[in-house]
Amino acid sequence: MDRALIRRALGDKVQFIQGDDACAYGALLAGCNFFAGYPITPATEVAEQMSILLPLVGGCYIQMEDEIASMGALVGASWTGAKTMTSTSGPGFSLMQENLGYAIMTETPCVVVNVQRSGPSTGQPTMGAYGDMMQARWGTHGDHEIIMLCPASIQESLDLTIVAFNLSEQFRTPVLLFIDGELGHMRERLVIPDEDELELVERPMFNGQGKYLPFATDASLVPTFAPFGSGHRTYVTGLTHNEQGLPRSSSAEIHDKLVRRLADKINNHRDQIIRYEEFYADDCDIAIITYGITARTCRDVVEQARSKGIKVGMLRLITIWPFPDDTVARWSECVQAILVPEMNLGQMIHPIREAVAGRCKVAPLFRIGGEIHTPVEILTALEELQCQLC
Amino acid sequence: MSTLLKPKTAAELRDVYLRQEMMPTIFCDGCGLGNVLNYTLWALDELQVDLDQVVFVSGIGCSSRLSGYVNADGMHTTHGRALSFASGIKAANPNLKVIVFTGDGDGAGIGGNHLLHTIRRNMDMTVILVNNYIYGMTGGQSAPTTPIGGLSTTTPYGNVEYPMDICALALALEAPYVARWTVNQPYPPIKSIAQGIAKRGFALIEMLVPCPTAYGGRNGLKGVEAIWQWYRENTVLLDDFEHIMEFGTLEEQEEIKHKLKVGVLRDTERESFEERWAKLVEQVKL
Amino acid sequence: MRQEIRICGFGGQGVITASVILGKAAAVYDNLIACQSQSYGPEARGGAARAEVIIDDKPIGCPGVHVADILIAMSIEAFTRYGRDVKPDGTIIIDPDLVVIPDLPERAYPIPATRIAENLGNTVVANIVMLGAVTAITGVVSEEAIHASTIKSVPARFKELNERALAAGIAAGHELKGLGRG
Repeated sequence: MDRALIRRALGDKVQFIQGDDACAYGALLAGCNFFAGYPITPATEVAEQMSILLPLVGGCYIQMEDEIASMGALVGASWTGAKTMTSTSGPGFSLMQENLGYAIMTETPCVVVNVQRSGPSTGQPTMGAYGDMMQARWGTHGDHEIIMLCPASIQESLDLTIVAFNLSEQFRTPVLLFIDGELGHMRERLVIPDEDELELVERPMFNGQGKYLPFATDASLVPTFAPFGSGHRTYVTGLTHNEQGLPRSSSAEIHDKLVRRLADKINNHRDQIIRYEEFYADDCDIAIITYGITARTCRDVVEQARSKGIKVGMLRLITIWPFPDDTVARWSECVQAILVPEMNLGQMIHPIREAVAGRCKVAPLFRIGGEIHTPVEILTALEELQCQLC
Repeated sequence: MSTLLKPKTAAELRDVYLRQEMMPTIFCDGCGLGNVLNYTLWALDELQVDLDQVVFVSGIGCSSRLSGYVNADGMHTTHGRALSFASGIKAANPNLKVIVFTGDGDGAGIGGNHLLHTIRRNMDMTVILVNNYIYGMTGGQSAPTTPIGGLSTTTPYGNVEYPMDICALALALEAPYVARWTVNQPYPPIKSIAQGIAKRGFALIEMLVPCPTAYGGRNGLKGVEAIWQWYRENTVLLDDFEHIMEFGTLEEQEEIKHKLKVGVLRDTERESFEERWAKLVEQVKL
Repeated sequence: MRQEIRICGFGGQGVITASVILGKAAAVYDNLIACQSQSYGPEARGGAARAEVIIDDKPIGCPGVHVADILIAMSIEAFTRYGRDVKPDGTIIIDPDLVVIPDLPERAYPIPATRIAENLGNTVVANIVMLGAVTAITGVVSEEAIHASTIKSVPARFKELNERALAAGIAAGHELKGLGRG
């Protein structure tokens, strides 16, 4: 796609826009030229923005009959070489699980934005929540790894959407970008990066040397790609398949090798995937481990608490999956307690506890109902924790 | 890539079009899926289609295995979702020809809503929907097409549900090409599949095929000949139907009134999604 | 300088649009940091509408507004619900034709935005009148910024009407401020 055209479609360099729109802008900058989706609050604005932008740059927008079809269309389009994205919220994300698993199994690059709302079921459509953190990890059936990023601001919603596309292309796997209804509808200043500030990654392509084996890999564990229509006559199946792509679903050996490789290609490259932000890591007794919009309030509270003499540090997870357990383990060795505020009834606290492995106290601070944590309640929780430690 | 020759023999057809590593097929004796594959290959050959530019897409089920046997790009997807994947392929690269193999359970049961909306959008693709009245791969459970009273492993006392007429659905949604054939007549389906592939827009070809293993025997139709005979007795060519209804005796009309019509049920022109989208982009592109 | 502003009224009054224009004025034209959020009922029109803007000169962490520095109320319901959640030294600005209650606090600035807009020919710009008044009374953003942001945010064919609405709001705000109200 024409880069100058993309830049023109996005308008002013500095804007005041919503998180949903920032995701759409990020997608366009990353070279997304295909979007399939289905309307759902509070993610609809992502689709609306893509329906405005894509025709301007010669891309394709298609509104499907449901989220199952959206995810299917994404995979189909990606195999023609397109960079693809969809957006949804909790109920729609539930419907996407089937074909999300297919995308993992067939090593299809695509980006799924989930603007989370609360559940179960229809729940609170217009309110923010972080209720799908574990569905993201384990929602689709079978053994698998997933990559997921959680921005905390409008600018980061754009920046991380680009990162999501890059990781998806590099590792040929679906990447999830999770925000929430609050961030999706919040507006902040957004600065559109210049062309020379953008680093874009494209999927590894088949170089034409020798016979093309669509699922054979080198040390990177990521196979090379040849799009449909390029004459290589590739067969893609969700069944367990050999390097040629042909079904071998009764072979324990081939299944074991394939599914382990799909996990390893992510796990062996954790250093390239995992991103986080640390505050006062070397000088704290209590840590807050947080992510998403909650991290913003926590950041304020860290300063308030420190001014009151409570030595608090903060670890903000940006990459949620694969989970940065080494980092959390390192923190648990230096602090006496970890506070985990979440906009759910406890999801990321489980891998945190697993990584902490009893080395320090892990205290929950869960809030549901749609409102974000108040600074006062986080500060109070820290003070209580401080008292317990004394 | 490959030079297309017009094969004259079945062996030549096999060498040009089939993926040798996938042979033999998984199909049972008497199954009609091999015939459907054959007819499709003849149609492709008649049109001299460049196989490098064709993608075969399918869902899950016996008929959905067909995509793997053709030596072309192929996508064997999830149950009922073939048309969603196919829509993504076609919308993202309209230069590719998309042919979908699906079954009655896959295409009209679990994938019914996708069928409905893919026709509504008039995506440019050829859908060969193989109807054997049963879920064959899972061992013979009732399908949305199983006739009233039909026996299956999940309707052991006879099916109480009304079956759906898939072609009627496609006609109602204004698919530009709709045809139904039985597998025992080779030449009309070959011609019809070729017409469907050449058609710009959604083409549905419903093929009635026997499943002696999971449906026939259980329903008093032992052996493939019995099922073929059943087709002869229970279907009528559209042209014959119209002729008899206009000129036949009352007796003749009464006899064919409830028979299933086979033939080309519609052949018309309608702008496809891809054409309409391309025009829109032409208008608004910066 | 963190300033928390809450604008509330009913759906259709342009409460959310006003908050976006105010946030944009700060973030894009005044080179400040701003964060805008909103909540509204399922109804597109008629239900309660509430929007919040935080303006600061350093990065904004918590995006929530609890006790506001500035409250702009454009309906009785809005004032009844949020009138108390204002800091003791905070600013309250109301439309006196819509917030008709006996015990209005002395410090409230009455800006008859809807009436002023009606006189300009269209009540739809009442929200812009209010923005002019807020700018004049609180100085939370500059007059140049609110002007630029308004022009950028409204359809070109309504540019002149909105400019007049903004000017009328600014004048009304300055007048009240001059009277020492609040």
